Amino acid sequence: MLRRAWQELRIIARDPILLALIVAIMAALVVFVVWPLARVLVTAFQAPDGSFSLANFELLGQRRLYRNALRNSLVVGGLVGLVGVAIGYIAAFVLTRTNVPFKRVLHTLVMLPIISPPFAGAISILFLFGFNGLVTRQLLGLTNFSIYGMHGVVLSQVFTFAPIAYLNLRGVLAGLNPTLEDAALNVGASRWQVFWRVIFPLSLPGVASAFLVVLIESMADFGNPLVLGGAAFPMLATQAYLEITGSFNLARGAMLAGVLLLPSITAFAIQRYYLAKRQYVTVTGKPTASTSKIVSPGAKWLLYAVVVAFAVVVIAFYAVILLGALTRVWGFDYTPDLRHFRYVFAVGWETVKDTLVVAVLTTPVSGLLGMLIAFIVVRKRFPGRASLEFMSILNFAVPGTVAGIGYILAFNGPPLILTGTLAILVLNFVFRYVPVGIQSGIAVLRQIDPAIEEAAQNLGANAITTFRRITLPLIAPAFFSGLVFAFVRAMTAISAAIFLVSANWNLMTVQILNEVGSGRLGVAAAYSIVLLAIVLVAFGVINLIVGRGAEDATSVRF
Amino acid sequence: MPADLRLEKLRKEYASPENASSGGPERATVVAVDDVSLEVEKGALVTLLGPSGCGKTTLLRMIAGFEEPTSGRVYFGDRRVDELAPNVRDTAMVFQSYAIFPHLNVYENVAFGLRMHGVGKSELTERVGQVLELVGLTTMAKRAPSQLSGGQQQRVALARCIVMQPKLLLFDEPLSNLDAKLREQMRVEIRDLQQRLGITSVYVTHDQIEAMAMSDVVVVMNAGRVEQVGGPREIYARPVSRFVADFIGDANFLPGVLLDARTVRIAGATLTLADPCQERPGANVAVVARPEAMNLARATDQDERAAGTLSGTVRRTAFLGTIARYMVEVEGLPDLQVDVASPAETGLLAPGTHVSLAPGALHALADA
Repeated sequence: MLRRAWQELRIIARDPILLALIVAIMAALVVFVVWPLARVLVTAFQAPDGSFSLANFELLGQRRLYRNALRNSLVVGGLVGLVGVAIGYIAAFVLTRTNVPFKRVLHTLVMLPIISPPFAGAISILFLFGFNGLVTRQLLGLTNFSIYGMHGVVLSQVFTFAPIAYLNLRGVLAGLNPTLEDAALNVGASRWQVFWRVIFPLSLPGVASAFLVVLIESMADFGNPLVLGGAAFPMLATQAYLEITGSFNLARGAMLAGVLLLPSITAFAIQRYYLAKRQYVTVTGKPTASTSKIVSPGAKWLLYAVVVAFAVVVIAFYAVILLGALTRVWGFDYTPDLRHFRYVFAVGWETVKDTLVVAVLTTPVSGLLGMLIAFIVVRKRFPGRASLEFMSILNFAVPGTVAGIGYILAFNGPPLILTGTLAILVLNFVFRYVPVGIQSGIAVLRQIDPAIEEAAQNLGANAITTFRRITLPLIAPAFFSGLVFAFVRAMTAISAAIFLVSANWNLMTVQILNEVGSGRLGVAAAYSIVLLAIVLVAFGVINLIVGRGAEDATSVRF
Repeated sequence: MPADLRLEKLRKEYASPENASSGGPERATVVAVDDVSLEVEKGALVTLLGPSGCGKTTLLRMIAGFEEPTSGRVYFGDRRVDELAPNVRDTAMVFQSYAIFPHLNVYENVAFGLRMHGVGKSELTERVGQVLELVGLTTMAKRAPSQLSGGQQQRVALARCIVMQPKLLLFDEPLSNLDAKLREQMRVEIRDLQQRLGITSVYVTHDQIEAMAMSDVVVVMNAGRVEQVGGPREIYARPVSRFVADFIGDANFLPGVLLDARTVRIAGATLTLADPCQERPGANVAVVARPEAMNLARATDQDERAAGTLSGTVRRTAFLGTIARYMVEVEGLPDLQVDVASPAETGLLAPGTHVSLAPGALHALADA
């Protein structure tokens, strides 16, 4: 073992720049991924005098509030997981395996919630079903209906996270060889049997995986519970936030974060190390005509109706946000008016600028770092490679709330004080969003003949030049999706960011939540529209710069 | 003057895959290259020839620096290089898959190495131009690799290497992806270029015909070890082992007893060896008889068996165009393969025909 490590180190040391780079990445991961997490756990297990104590966790048994928060988070996560996966499965099945009209349009519409702030749905829901909601108050005349609570959160999270399930399941269903259906039908199975005995079991690992991903996202979600949870329906992520910003109780916040971390890490571990190996998807690169024969026309159009309904909801929600942004006072005075946009560009311009600066800094750094780590992990052998890979994707499983609390605990004091700076936001985003780039980079790299890079080395290029001149251009599609993901997430992030913003550096998402909190829904809607517009423009710009690869960007897991 | 390339007891071990996970202290290892020593003269083309898994590619990759030797040394001239990274070794390698940079056009592919070495613009243009002309790709300079045929891609890979004027040119089965006709043509082109430029070269192949057609020296490898080093004619005519005789061309192995250094008794006949055998008289030997070196004639009834001939019966006949291939049964011997040239002119012998066989160019091996 040791001898091999030494041997590998000697070989790497022949390329000093590479060695320095590996050491630097390793150090950065320890400081900006592991250290904040460790701080959360240490703080959670600390008595006020600094000694080890379980007192914080005992509160979980004593305080109804905390118990309820844990229960609510789990119940909502489970529910959203089930409903989201059901919708995602139907959409994936209809859009990959049946011949129905408008598939591309529907695909785009179903995906749309992914690139908007994770609580855009919540704002729409307030417009439609809030105290002055269009549906509840104006149309139905209800005065005693409250959208706040579990039903509101679940509704809004299903809207937000069903597209993620769809994206996961799309690959699974598209990958199933259609001749399996033919074979089953051929030996006399009925359509119903073919589905339940062949197709569904084959896609089951993918279904479980999608469920866990949605569960993780739901538990980590911050915006929707904050907007729609209400005081009577506490949840872990928001409760941790309230402990820290409301009562300045870091230890309890850290404890709740720790509780949140456990199911997330467990689900992540199951998803990654167990389910991922059991997916029956084979990519052969051979296009197969995969129109399914196992749904009767009646069933097909019924399922299609579900997908269209979801798409209609998406259109309706965004239309409502747009209308809300253009309406003087929603619920009272529906006169068209640009005052909310004027407000955003006058009062809120600084915030828009800050957000852009953060996103523009985060995107290339995160994108490049992702490709670099993928390159090192796939192509180089050195001691600590496995731990480097693990650390670099660990943040995938860490809820934003936990990461945010970790950063304020870790960088609020010596040796590294970053609180209130631009750096803390950028660093947090870079390391939180780099895993997606790494994973798509690894996937693409594994398909590229290593001899191409060996040829470059053989002709005199060192490892870094090889990466820059050969590897990076070849994995441009993965690079593109890494960039897009980092940008979208940097623009729409809220759960970690809310702990890290300051008077000097504020973000649009945080501002949107503030506006919702102070009842200025119109301004919140206007911010959301501006944000969405920026994301769409950035899509185009990144596509122009990096060139091809737009196709592949959609295959990445958001 | 030291040899251009010198390998000193070069060895490569891998952890055996089935034991890799158990990780015990006495983990079993697989020896891919087993203490190979070799010297290559300046300007020579040496092939490493052997079946797949014999270690020839691993050996080549250790010379290029892509694999780390477990022990042993590599010298280019008198400079030790096995501790150097691949990008500073001054070798250029033609890969089996060509490994052409798919995002660069032909010109940029060829220019890549020069750019890496900071060669100035005018010199770069000149050298790339010359080399493209040399391999006949001048008109293709702006093409993308995907627009090239297999043979053209091969030439790009070659041009990319020779433009570097490397100390050592390495080839890793470069022709194995081409069809037979093109393979033959490229074989001639590569050899021609290599001789014209005088670049010392190491060429890995599993194709014995390719090896014999191109090499100054052939290194026959088996199971990580060198079986024999020699010129093409030498290894064909005087193989040192059954493995070499069998791998290079076709061979019949006739069990015999050595009478003296030059004569051997096989199936009752006394035959003459083409080269003296070092075994002591009376020893059992295996005599290598090449199918094309056996004189085959229809046996006549009244004929007393001439000295130095075997008699047998044709069992199977195959017409292969340039040759007729017979399987001949001789009492006391395994079935023999006999090839006769130009069968279209001389006619075929039907199965059942009695024949007399006069094997020539015999070479005796100590019987293992």
